[in-house]
Amino acid sequence: MKPQTSKAPRAGRPGIAWAIPGVLFFAFFAAAPMGIVAYLSFTDWDGLSDPSWTGLDNWTRLWEDDGMRNAVWLSLLLTALTWLTQTPITLLLGVWAAGRQRNRAVLSAVFFLPLLASSVALALLWRTIFDPNFGLAADIADWFDLESADLLGSSRGAFAAILFVTGWQFIPFHMLIYQGGARQIPRSFYDAASIDGAGTVRQFFHITLPQLRNTIVTSTVLMVVGALTYFDTVLILTRGGPGDATEIVPYLMYDTGFAAFDLGYASAIACALVVVATTASLLLVRLTGFTRMRSTREGM
Amino acid sequence: MRSSDPWRPRRPRTLAAAAVLALAAPTLAACGSDGPGGGGDTLEVWVYQDGSSTIQQEFVDRFNETSDIDIELTQIPGESYQDRMRTAMGTPNAPDVFFNWGGGSISDFVAEDMLVDLTPYFDDDPEFQDAFIPTILDAGAVEGRYYGVPMRGVQPVILFYNRTLFGEAGLEAPATWDDFLTAVDTFQRDDITPVVLGGADIWPNMMWLEYLLDRQGGSEVFDRIRNGDASAWGDPAMLYAAETVVELVDSGAFGNDFRSVATTNDGAPTFFASGEAAMHLMGSWEYSNQLTNQPEFAENDLAWTTFPTLPDGVGDPSSVVGNPTNYWSVNSQVEGERLDAAVEFLKLHGDEDYAQALIDNGDIPTTSNAVDLIGSSPNPEFAQFQYDMVENAASFTLSWDQALPASQSAPMIDAIDQLFSGQLSAQEFVDSMQEL
Repeated sequence: MKPQTSKAPRAGRPGIAWAIPGVLFFAFFAAAPMGIVAYLSFTDWDGLSDPSWTGLDNWTRLWEDDGMRNAVWLSLLLTALTWLTQTPITLLLGVWAAGRQRNRAVLSAVFFLPLLASSVALALLWRTIFDPNFGLAADIADWFDLESADLLGSSRGAFAAILFVTGWQFIPFHMLIYQGGARQIPRSFYDAASIDGAGTVRQFFHITLPQLRNTIVTSTVLMVVGALTYFDTVLILTRGGPGDATEIVPYLMYDTGFAAFDLGYASAIACALVVVATTASLLLVRLTGFTRMRSTREGM
Repeated sequence: MRSSDPWRPRRPRTLAAAAVLALAAPTLAACGSDGPGGGGDTLEVWVYQDGSSTIQQEFVDRFNETSDIDIELTQIPGESYQDRMRTAMGTPNAPDVFFNWGGGSISDFVAEDMLVDLTPYFDDDPEFQDAFIPTILDAGAVEGRYYGVPMRGVQPVILFYNRTLFGEAGLEAPATWDDFLTAVDTFQRDDITPVVLGGADIWPNMMWLEYLLDRQGGSEVFDRIRNGDASAWGDPAMLYAAETVVELVDSGAFGNDFRSVATTNDGAPTFFASGEAAMHLMGSWEYSNQLTNQPEFAENDLAWTTFPTLPDGVGDPSSVVGNPTNYWSVNSQVEGERLDAAVEFLKLHGDEDYAQALIDNGDIPTTSNAVDLIGSSPNPEFAQFQYDMVENAASFTLSWDQALPASQSAPMIDAIDQLFSGQLSAQEFVDSMQEL
């Protein structure tokens, strides 16, 4: 019998043609717009006339702009606080959800609910809850005998509200990641540990946590990039206010681009954001040794 | 026939090609969409969606019955209207005829020759021109040329108050600033929020600055700003207005949580209707809003007055701020028969039928015959007050955020927010606005 001709596709390896839709989609909706934005960041454009070339003007302005400095600081703060608050919570919830307790499945499903709604709907919901006269916030302020429920009206309150609402929304997602990670840990590790007399806490720190190292990196990268690009919650809940207390970089970009129609400068902000977010995720991956893809199960 | 069965599995490469085509098809189709200049037998009309847009739909339907060229009306939800309009203009997806606020909201388009100059059509048809109140027509003009046809009711900003609360406190509607401050003190003692303010939306805050400036320094100060003189932000009257705002905020006149209260989700109007706040400075739409949502409050407690006078103010006490009305403008890409049809559609808005439809909706039309129609309004008393207020106004200052081009109004809104939340002092506010 003659062997098949070389034209026949190799088994198990799909042809390059399968990548075309994805590549085209990415080219049209991500790469091309990003290229255009990079070009626009060197121009002055109001969205109506033709963009006029202004060289590095937008970029020097970016460097000197107090509003941008404030936005960068707030974005970094939000990112750091997001990671610090969400990681412990999601890690514990995820590990818990990976177990076999009673009611676990039901409760996990309930925890998962916020992720199913759109962030705009959630932000609208929370804005109503935070209404100082008619929202739940008013009742809570009454219970604690507070003078007012001016959460969104104070700088720290509004910032905390953003942190809380985005956390509430995204914790289920990261919980799911940790649940999946924890489920992968072989049962025999725990069996061996219990024979050696290790309790639950010890098992958590000496087996679960080290085994979840790669999961933690994945979740961290998603959290960091996610927090750097939060937008809808801010738009609906605080509009960057009060004053500029929650004017993080993506909102500043929107406000500059689609309220002031200074699209050239907004493009420069957007480019800076792309660079920072990409660098942050690359650094994280590199520093944590994630790229080397070392197995967490050596010796198995 | 088996071979033509669409569900038969094909070779992967064909499938991939089909997928590519399916992906590209909408992109390609979008390039040829039916926009201005694209010909076709339709006119695309965009309107801001709210309680009045049913009237526009009704008249579009009426127009389509007789015209060869059909109008397709797109109602765009309020909050995103301005973004959508601005972003679409200059692209093939731009509307042919669109709703706007006149002034700064269209001046950028005029500068780019994107709008049809309607002045000749008014000149050729005096009946059409005379159908509208001249000051209203002028308010929509840019550099003396008409680019807009008035199509909604007048929307002056009015000081609404709770008649019952004022009565219980033994107070009259505040005519002077002293009256107003007395009312603020009295209500504060009684644990009633003197003034409800939907500060989360920021533009309600702006209304206070607008009136304070107008009463203190007259309408000329903002006219200078509007005409590009940023130094007018440094006018003593502006500083006074900003200082007064800070005093009001600090004294708790707006309550201590106004920055969390929104107007757009009905938070402020509902609080006002619940009898826990005594006054609300808001556009005239507040009345119909309350009539719809809290009819008992609107009928028993809701009263209205003009903004009080200031002790040393030189502004004319009859002056009004707000939105004179809204306008239709025509995209300059519309030509030939389609332009004729568009003009014919615009002329419908000077007819008595249209004015009557606005009246029935509780609005005050901007047509000269409005005065004769007011009697048939569902709320003649309020209609008459509003009509007189506008008719007798020494000046009608367009809302600042609509009067200024986007590049100035966006930072202004931010600065006003910072002034009201204490991040900027009155002097810092004035200074930062002069730098724009």
